[in-house]
Amino acid sequence: MDCYTANWNPLGDSAFYRKYELYSMDWSLKEELRDCLVAAAPYGGPIALLRNPWRKEKAASVRPVLEIYSASGMPLASLLWKSGPVVSLGWSAEEELLCVQEDGVVLVYGLHGDFRRHFSMGNEVLQNRVLDARIFHTEFGSGVAILTGAHRFTLSANVGDLKLRRMPEVPGLQTAPSCWTTLCQDRVAHILLAVGPDLYLLDHAACSAVTPPGLAPGVSSFLQMAVSFTYRHLALFTDTGYIWMGTASLKEKLCEFNCNIRAPPKQMVWCSRPRSKEKAVVVAWERRLMVVGDAPESIQYKQLTIQVLLDRLVLRRLYPLAIQICEYLRLPEVQGVSRILAHWACYKVQQKDVSDEDVARAINQKLGDTPGVSYSDIAARAYGCGRTELAIKLLEYEPRSGEQVPLLLKMKRSKLALSKAIESGDTDLVFTVLLHLKNELNRGDFFMTLRNQPMALSLYRQFCKHQELETLKDLYNQDDNHQELGSFHIRASYAAQERIEGRVTALQTAVDAFYKAKNEFAAKATEDQMRLLRLQRRLEDELGGQFLDLSLHDTVTTLILGGHNKRAEQLARDFRIPDKRLWWLKLTALADLEDWEELEKFSKSKKSPIGYLPFVEICMKQHNKYEAKKYASRVGPEQKVKALLLVGDVAQAADVAIERRNEAELSLVLSHCTGATDGATADKIQRARAQAQKK
Amino acid sequence: MAFPHRPDAPELPDFSMLKRLARDQLIYLLEQLPGKKDLFIEADLMSPLDRIANVSILKQHEVDKLYKVENKPALSSSEQLCFLVRPRIKNMRYIASLVNADKLAGRARKYKVIFSPQKFYACEMVLEEEGIYGDVSCDEWAFSLLPLDVDLLSMELPEFFRDYFLEGDQRWINTVAQALHLLSTLYGPFPNCYGIGRCAKMSHELWRKLEEEEDGEAKGRRPEIGHIFLLDRDMDFVTALCSQVVYEGLVDDTFRIKCGSVDFGPEVTSSDRSLKLLLNAEDKVFNEIRNEHFSNVFGFLSQKARNLQAQYDRRRGMDIKQMKNFVSQELKGLKQEHRLLSLHIGACESIMKKKTKQDFQELIKTEHALLEGFNIRESTSYIEEHIDRQVSPIESLRLMCLLSITENGLIPKDYRSLKTQYLQSYGPEHLLTFSNLRRAGLLTEQAPGDTLTAVESKVSKLVTDKAAGKITDAFSSLAKRSNFRAISKKLNLIPRVDGEYDLKVPRDMAYVFSGAYVPLSCRVIEQVLERRSWQGLDEVVRLLNCSELAFAGLTKEDKASSESLRLILVVFLGGCTFSEISALRFLGREKGYRFIFLTTAITNSARLMEAMSEVKA
Repeated sequence: MDCYTANWNPLGDSAFYRKYELYSMDWSLKEELRDCLVAAAPYGGPIALLRNPWRKEKAASVRPVLEIYSASGMPLASLLWKSGPVVSLGWSAEEELLCVQEDGVVLVYGLHGDFRRHFSMGNEVLQNRVLDARIFHTEFGSGVAILTGAHRFTLSANVGDLKLRRMPEVPGLQTAPSCWTTLCQDRVAHILLAVGPDLYLLDHAACSAVTPPGLAPGVSSFLQMAVSFTYRHLALFTDTGYIWMGTASLKEKLCEFNCNIRAPPKQMVWCSRPRSKEKAVVVAWERRLMVVGDAPESIQYKQLTIQVLLDRLVLRRLYPLAIQICEYLRLPEVQGVSRILAHWACYKVQQKDVSDEDVARAINQKLGDTPGVSYSDIAARAYGCGRTELAIKLLEYEPRSGEQVPLLLKMKRSKLALSKAIESGDTDLVFTVLLHLKNELNRGDFFMTLRNQPMALSLYRQFCKHQELETLKDLYNQDDNHQELGSFHIRASYAAQERIEGRVTALQTAVDAFYKAKNEFAAKATEDQMRLLRLQRRLEDELGGQFLDLSLHDTVTTLILGGHNKRAEQLARDFRIPDKRLWWLKLTALADLEDWEELEKFSKSKKSPIGYLPFVEICMKQHNKYEAKKYASRVGPEQKVKALLLVGDVAQAADVAIERRNEAELSLVLSHCTGATDGATADKIQRARAQAQKK
Repeated sequence: MAFPHRPDAPELPDFSMLKRLARDQLIYLLEQLPGKKDLFIEADLMSPLDRIANVSILKQHEVDKLYKVENKPALSSSEQLCFLVRPRIKNMRYIASLVNADKLAGRARKYKVIFSPQKFYACEMVLEEEGIYGDVSCDEWAFSLLPLDVDLLSMELPEFFRDYFLEGDQRWINTVAQALHLLSTLYGPFPNCYGIGRCAKMSHELWRKLEEEEDGEAKGRRPEIGHIFLLDRDMDFVTALCSQVVYEGLVDDTFRIKCGSVDFGPEVTSSDRSLKLLLNAEDKVFNEIRNEHFSNVFGFLSQKARNLQAQYDRRRGMDIKQMKNFVSQELKGLKQEHRLLSLHIGACESIMKKKTKQDFQELIKTEHALLEGFNIRESTSYIEEHIDRQVSPIESLRLMCLLSITENGLIPKDYRSLKTQYLQSYGPEHLLTFSNLRRAGLLTEQAPGDTLTAVESKVSKLVTDKAAGKITDAFSSLAKRSNFRAISKKLNLIPRVDGEYDLKVPRDMAYVFSGAYVPLSCRVIEQVLERRSWQGLDEVVRLLNCSELAFAGLTKEDKASSESLRLILVVFLGGCTFSEISALRFLGREKGYRFIFLTTAITNSARLMEAMSEVKA
């Protein structure tokens, strides 16, 4: 206890430091670190080493080796580098190793050296090569920034959702900047670069010159710059041996220091001093380390959450340990054990030496229907490893049919995907599959597939009705659905041009289709329509006025109203208008014209097939009692009372009703006996009723 | 006069929460486009929107000008355009035309499309095809349940009927399932669940899936509504095709109630202005007559007018203090009542006038004859005359359909001749209407006797075979018989009347059709609720062509209060009529239940027929 402070040494006036070894690295390096590209993942993650032979002038005869170690130097992976020259290495927040090649291609590896994917930083790079690259971390994920041989910057703020941003040109930039870094401000990534005595800030839109406040004079070049992990702070090292520390926004200076060392440092990084919220910068030269700092930092490192810790364990394939932690912490299944098991399963499917059946069975046995386990995710992983058959087997365990669809599509099992989509009841999903099928199959096969799936068929038909009329026609053709084809052409005839010929042609096609459909009624009706259209056109030419698209009834009415009685009758004969209709029609039209003379003549032309009550009614409607009475006398006995009442002849109505001994009619007349003069009539009816009852 | 509820009738849940939810979500969406913006609203969404958020709320959230979505170039000068639309392809093309016009003019604006109640992939695809997918941002306003009244929720989706029952389009089923899911999240799970019809079954299955996926919080909740009953409109077309004679239905048939309110024209208001009136339980006068047979309404209103007069007259003997009291406390209420009273009296007069002109009595007589199945020839002639005289295209069509369904299809001769007459009267384009009606099973031709049974047995065999059932699915309506007469007999839909049916004191649900007919849909609901299952209704279910499509799911009811078990949510897929609502309200009062109605839209015979009609482009 007495030597508690023994290993602490004073540093300045008020601070002390001590040095002790936390642990020793387990690795046995064949290369010197200085000859390697090195990348250490944040939060004590893995370390990647790549001996960098490309920097030497002569071409590499030996392929370099990419090695991955744990933070304590345990070897995790080692592989021969077979790809192109690498400019920079870095770890993403998900512990994926990003290797930026000179040609702009970025290769992505897992913790265990497993190749994941690759992407390119743009075509421009192919020509100009990558001079320098940085991997950086923001709240959105991990990004890559590159500097090309043309001294242009390109960056992607999130490699998980790759969107390349080519930054604007720096005016007059002829050589590479002396130093540069990425910044993240207001949720947007920027680039800060130094050219001689000047600093420039690049964002998507512009390049602006910036000056740090309170910068000591005499600087002719910046040798190093460092930004803190949270992007809050910035440190600049100048050729005068001067260090400026301030906010990354360049709005505030925190402190400055002159170390009088003019040699460019090898490295400069921000760190936090133990047991203090202050931040400091560590500057390293070949044989010297310097700590500079006085900046209060309000935010501490965010702690690793349990989820992240579990992720880390899973990445290191320490599944049993992860599960024990979940159980110990009593995490809900979905967040805990299920997730670990799902990860395990994803690892399991990569074991190529085990047969599809065995893997599928093993996974199903362990997972069963644990809540929160997505078999489709596991299957997707299996497919990713090239094991399509295994993927299909695994998908069969997926209870939600909708979840199976995206992978089935990817695996080009579109027809199976279609049935699964239909099963899910999600019409949007069905539609998605349909569009896939449409592109994948030839038209005939596509239609055949639809034919067996009525739900999908009607969905697609609806779409075609609005967006692809021609396809709709083809669909009907394919099915020999002549009835619908007929309807289709009729619709087309309405959509068609003004020209009558075009319409008639469309209608003729419809007629043919209807005959094929054995729908004689529709065929005949359409032929009639064609006849009517032609005739209406002729009427318009000869008589003027509007006839087109009137119904047959209205065409005849219009003719009568225009005084073309002969034409009207001809038309009625040609189209075999039934007598009853014709009588109703003429009656209405003549009454509208108030042509009472013609109406009377018409009424006498032969015995009315609709009786004479309608004549009485229509005259009364036109307030012509005089004419109405003429017809009232001709109304048959059944309706006589009604007619007489209509023309207001209550007394005679009473007589008829009494004569007919019809109780209902008697009541009806009685209800009309309202006037003062009707008293006698009412009495008469009452008497008749009484008499009838006596008998 | 309006029937009071039984004292033990349960309280209705508070559905205003749905409005608040919808409003908050809309505001959230509008705020996603910060700054001033012009809002383009689809015509169909205007009235529902108005019930959720009025103009001043929109203005508060920086909506500058409001436009109707119509096929015209936009005059808006705003830098930000927001479109509130139904997910329809024609809307997408409209938006595309605006955006592309801007592009041509070199103009850059921000565009946002809010789909209600949900977006469809097909819409996004059209945006992509039109080359503007990257220029607009898309959002969903999941507003699918509008409380029109204390016991009535509407999805305001009239196109549901045509889309599903004519085109076989199942897109909206997901919307229904989502709406039911929302209800169970807010009001607890439904312990008892019944349904009939293919759409009902699919909606139910999809809804269950949603509940299972969520796996959740609703499970622990106490149910507020004890029963839910889903039914497809196509299992009872007859009721929807009848003329309505209960006041609310009659007002709907005559003036069209739109989104819970009605526009009374000058002939009703007896002034030169039209007046928009909200029709719901808050209108005290309306609330007392809405479920009444029309023949009682006039008498009731005049009695009410006399009472009102008497209350006004009390002023005469008052001293100053009493008068002051009267003016400050009662007068406003009386005046309000006075205003409503005169409007409803005006509406009644206007209805009477229209009905006498059309010889309403004859029409009703024909309808009753069709329902009872006598004097078929006479009814057919009546319909023919109706067509010959061009009384009304929609009415003629409705009568033809009623004849077809009650008679299991028209005999071939009538089928041809009525159609021919119809085309001559109303125009050849209706050939397409007839093709639609046939597909939907509304107007069909009787197959000759023997072959019919052969087809029927073949179809029923196919239906029991599940895979084949799917194939025949889309075309099943063609082979379906309505079997109305047999069903009517089994369920006793035509009450035997000894003497006059007293419409003032109804004795069963038939009063909504003057005592002539108990609505089939309501009778089925009554029977199932009574049995708490479909047991003993096998024959009816078979006749309804729903052998595989009737379901019941009951859970333990220990958590449900006895009060909640007397609340029943009835879901009409494809629309319900006010007559059905009145009938079930009556049933509820008789049995001490309360019904809550959820419908894809309010419908009536004219709306059904219009949905099937083809009009020239």
